[in-house]
Amino acid sequence: MGASEAVIEGVSALRAATKARNSGPHPSNPGVSFSMDPVEAVRVNLSAAERRVASLAGRRTVKKEWQAAWLVRAIECIDLTTLSGDDTEGRVRRLCAKARQPLREDLQEALGLANRRITTGAICVYHRFVATAVDALKGSGIPVAAVSTGFPAGLSPFETRLKEIEASVADGAAEIDIVITREHVLRGNWQALYDEVKAFKKACGPAHMKAILATGDLQTLRNVSRASWVAMMAGSDFIKTSTGKEGINATLPVTLIMLRAIRDYREMTGHVVGYKPAGGISTAKDAMAYLALMKEELGNDWLQPNLFRFGASSLLADIERQLEHYVTGRYAAFSHHAMA
Amino acid sequence: MSIAEILDTMSYGPAPESDKEARAWIKTLGGETKLFIGGAWKKAKTGESFETTAPGSGEVLVRIAQAGAADVDTAVKAAAKAQPAWAALPGHQRARYLYALARLIQRHSRLFSVVETLDNGKPIRETRDIDIPLVARHFYHHAGWAQLMDGELADREALGVCGQIIPWNFPLLMLAWKIAPAIALGNTVVLKPAEYTSLTALLFAEMCQKAGLPEGVVNIITGDGATGEEIVKHPGIAKIAFTGSTEVGRRIREATAGTGKSLTLELGGKSPFIVFDDADLDAAVEGVVDAIWFNQGQVCCAGSRLLVQESIHDRFIAKLKARMETLRVGDPLDKVIDIGAIVHPVQLERIRSLVEAGVKEGATLHQPKAGVPGKGCFYPPTLLTGVHPASTVSRVEIFGPVLVATTFRTPSEAVELANNTEYGLAASIWSETLSLALDIAPKLKCGVVWVNGTNMFDAGVGFGGYKESGFGREGGREGLSAYSRPKWLAKAKAIVEKPAAQATGDVLSTGFVDRTAKFYVGGKQARPDGGYSRAIVSPSGALVGEVGEGNRKDIRNAVEAARKATSWSTASEHNRAQILYYIAENLDARAGEFADRLAAMTGQRRHDTMREVSASVSRLFSYGAWADKYEGAVHKPPMRGVALAMNEPVGTLGIICPEEPGLLGFVSTFAPAIALGNRVVVVPSASQALAATDFYQVLETSDVPDGVVNIVTGDRDALALDLAKHEEVDGIWYFGTAATAGAIEKASSGNLKQVWTEQVQRDWFDARQGEGREFLARATQVKNIWVPYGE
Repeated sequence: MGASEAVIEGVSALRAATKARNSGPHPSNPGVSFSMDPVEAVRVNLSAAERRVASLAGRRTVKKEWQAAWLVRAIECIDLTTLSGDDTEGRVRRLCAKARQPLREDLQEALGLANRRITTGAICVYHRFVATAVDALKGSGIPVAAVSTGFPAGLSPFETRLKEIEASVADGAAEIDIVITREHVLRGNWQALYDEVKAFKKACGPAHMKAILATGDLQTLRNVSRASWVAMMAGSDFIKTSTGKEGINATLPVTLIMLRAIRDYREMTGHVVGYKPAGGISTAKDAMAYLALMKEELGNDWLQPNLFRFGASSLLADIERQLEHYVTGRYAAFSHHAMA
Repeated sequence: MSIAEILDTMSYGPAPESDKEARAWIKTLGGETKLFIGGAWKKAKTGESFETTAPGSGEVLVRIAQAGAADVDTAVKAAAKAQPAWAALPGHQRARYLYALARLIQRHSRLFSVVETLDNGKPIRETRDIDIPLVARHFYHHAGWAQLMDGELADREALGVCGQIIPWNFPLLMLAWKIAPAIALGNTVVLKPAEYTSLTALLFAEMCQKAGLPEGVVNIITGDGATGEEIVKHPGIAKIAFTGSTEVGRRIREATAGTGKSLTLELGGKSPFIVFDDADLDAAVEGVVDAIWFNQGQVCCAGSRLLVQESIHDRFIAKLKARMETLRVGDPLDKVIDIGAIVHPVQLERIRSLVEAGVKEGATLHQPKAGVPGKGCFYPPTLLTGVHPASTVSRVEIFGPVLVATTFRTPSEAVELANNTEYGLAASIWSETLSLALDIAPKLKCGVVWVNGTNMFDAGVGFGGYKESGFGREGGREGLSAYSRPKWLAKAKAIVEKPAAQATGDVLSTGFVDRTAKFYVGGKQARPDGGYSRAIVSPSGALVGEVGEGNRKDIRNAVEAARKATSWSTASEHNRAQILYYIAENLDARAGEFADRLAAMTGQRRHDTMREVSASVSRLFSYGAWADKYEGAVHKPPMRGVALAMNEPVGTLGIICPEEPGLLGFVSTFAPAIALGNRVVVVPSASQALAATDFYQVLETSDVPDGVVNIVTGDRDALALDLAKHEEVDGIWYFGTAATAGAIEKASSGNLKQVWTEQVQRDWFDARQGEGREFLARATQVKNIWVPYGE
């Protein structure tokens, strides 16, 4: 089986698996030709964005069984991630096992979901562990995502970055999380950014591409919005906030602005782009706030793993404990849940 | 619903806030509430009561006591008894009580929130996150003013007993806006909450007891409009503060006319929400949600008129309609709703009929698909497009969740449309270009402007209207003058007008060429419309000269000239200062001539009239000095941003000068007005009118632009009334007798002009009484421009 066949199999497995539990569109973004118009038309007001997210926290909440259901959905949207210098094959296999069974069986049953297949949205690793993860997840339908293109800084030689994508795809990664060259944004080289992302997309072939904008490095919401537009015009299937290595990672105001860009892009082109906040989302409460914002700004289609992912490593543990509390009425101990 | 089913729909479930504690508290009221008078709970002497209901469900919560005239009288007496000792407390002592109230409100915040939501129907999110925190902040802020009063307001003192009447849309918040500044400065209060929403005021009274507030400082009496009327007409009340409809405000203006009560009114609005083509449109859409779908649109400063630049109209309306679909209307105690219940079926019916009228007049109705709950008092968020400025829904305050939309082509057209209303409370400007937004803000005739925001409030930032949205400010330093007065006033004697001197001879002058004193209108000398003259007679009976007998047409012409002189209001402060100094220079050059004239008219010694001319020159210098120094303030509300408190001219002022001193009284009143950019129609002293008519030659030689100062002589009281009735006059100052003051106040209710009547003798030669900040404050109104920022 060749590299691209492996990916196609991965992608169709993903689709088959998600189809069973989700409805709604998948990302489909062939991109459009470069234009400065939407970049120049960007208007973003920081204070208003902050007010919107602050007020939403008081306007939307879910309680009881709704909260439990939303927490389960959050699990299904997690890209369970390990991106450490000390990652090993063993560590990655443990993570994969957790992805297959993120929730203790007795809890799943108590929630009335015994027959439901609940897994995380994907596993996210460095290229070195793609093959291991693909192997560990065989038959599960869980896709493997690889961070790529000189993650996290994205400053290796251009050709090297393209080759890195190709290598991960060859190893069976169904999703590629690329990082953009922040300098292009900070210097306003939008055409260069477009060309770079477009080249990455081509290298991805059939694999879904998530473009990491490193919003913490871009600093301003205006930059975030402009970079989102260029990344989408260049064909990104998802836009993603952060590598998790910047000083500031995903935030709700940044999310708001990226979601509005996704909405306007769809309105303009008809193309559907997914969203992935990453870094710093570690509590069930955080996850609920993100889900509510997705629902309010983009609608229910973006409450599915096909269009929404959390990039997170410790979030799952907190959600499990909250679900146990829902089931038992007691606050749970971390040690009662299997570690990844 | 099972978790599996929810996973398929990803719906929001109910998230009810418990009302257990609130209902337990309501139960303690014993089925029928009492009045809080003199620190104790008393049954209403009327024996009457009425139901208060929960708008979310329609159920009756409790019966509210209906206070009558006897109850109001008892309450006013209790307040009057408490007032001297309360005002005599050191500021620090009063500050401790206000601080305690702030802390008590914080400690019981959830109980206040839930009771408010039950009684009013507004969402628990709003009472919990907005109303109650602002209430606590108001008491904190004013605890600070109590603490600082002795130093910062050393020349001022409390007014006495304040009667305060508040609306149902922000029951506890309006109570805080009224009570906190009043008691901070040493007043005592009799407050009546709105009949639909009395409960949190009664809960607040319990907090006053807990705080150990001295008996009678705060009195809460409940009842309907009839109770309010009793408060308004009670002679023991020094000041009325009212928030509510313009219609009732007008009636209160008329009812208090001539009583000497001071008055502040915070009334209705039809505030524009202006979206320019360079706005963050998504942010502006959320702004609309906060503007008109906050508190069911039952907000006096609601952004109810959407003005969108034509080039972005379709896109903006499409975004807005999409956003309307995600608004949730329902049980106010549910934490996941955006829009709660309308306060009362009467209000619901008014909204319905106005929307119907709008549709009949050609507006296109848009409401979201979801609809509203079948039970309870609800109205859906509503957008009316294709609305023209002339239609009913564009002009009338609906006080419901109804937005009317229209387009504009250019910034100047946006300003014209925005100002095309009798109201002037607030406005919201959306643009990412600061130079555009800050150019528009001063051009809007209203008391509050939010740039890229809306419905922001803070205790430290004054709130209040222009035009028929009322007068007076609440909050901030600018709000303190409404509850205090200069200390010297208490000791001043009432003005007694002397009977006009009778001429004993009919020889006008000898040895001079005859001079005709005319009016001065629009920079030209004008003859009286009626063609009559009146004599100026010295106390000894000598005929000193003749001046024109003005009538209402002369007033009309003068007002028209004043209105046209708009460039004076936007002239630079330095420019205005130069002209005031120049007037002084030219007066000084003719000092002897003026001194002679005054001596002839008054029979005073020339030494004394020289003193008056010198004082007048000095006064002009004072206002030349002030012209570029009466600056606004930069408030720091708790946000990243600033609120710019700008002192703006009132507009066209009618000034009826004190009868004496003839020259100094004339100069002391018109000079502060024009120094700050007003254009004036001045009616000078009748007996010393020649001092003013001589003066127009000084004005002519001093580069005063045409129409800035207009002078009409004649019967002061008659002309005062003509000015008071003229609806293009924005404010009127009258120094004279109580009878005329009352008539002016009554007549002014037509356009609710800002009236300053004074019936006591000022020592115009004393700089503390005759000039300074008091005059400057009267010559201006404060506009607060909120500018949140950040990148």
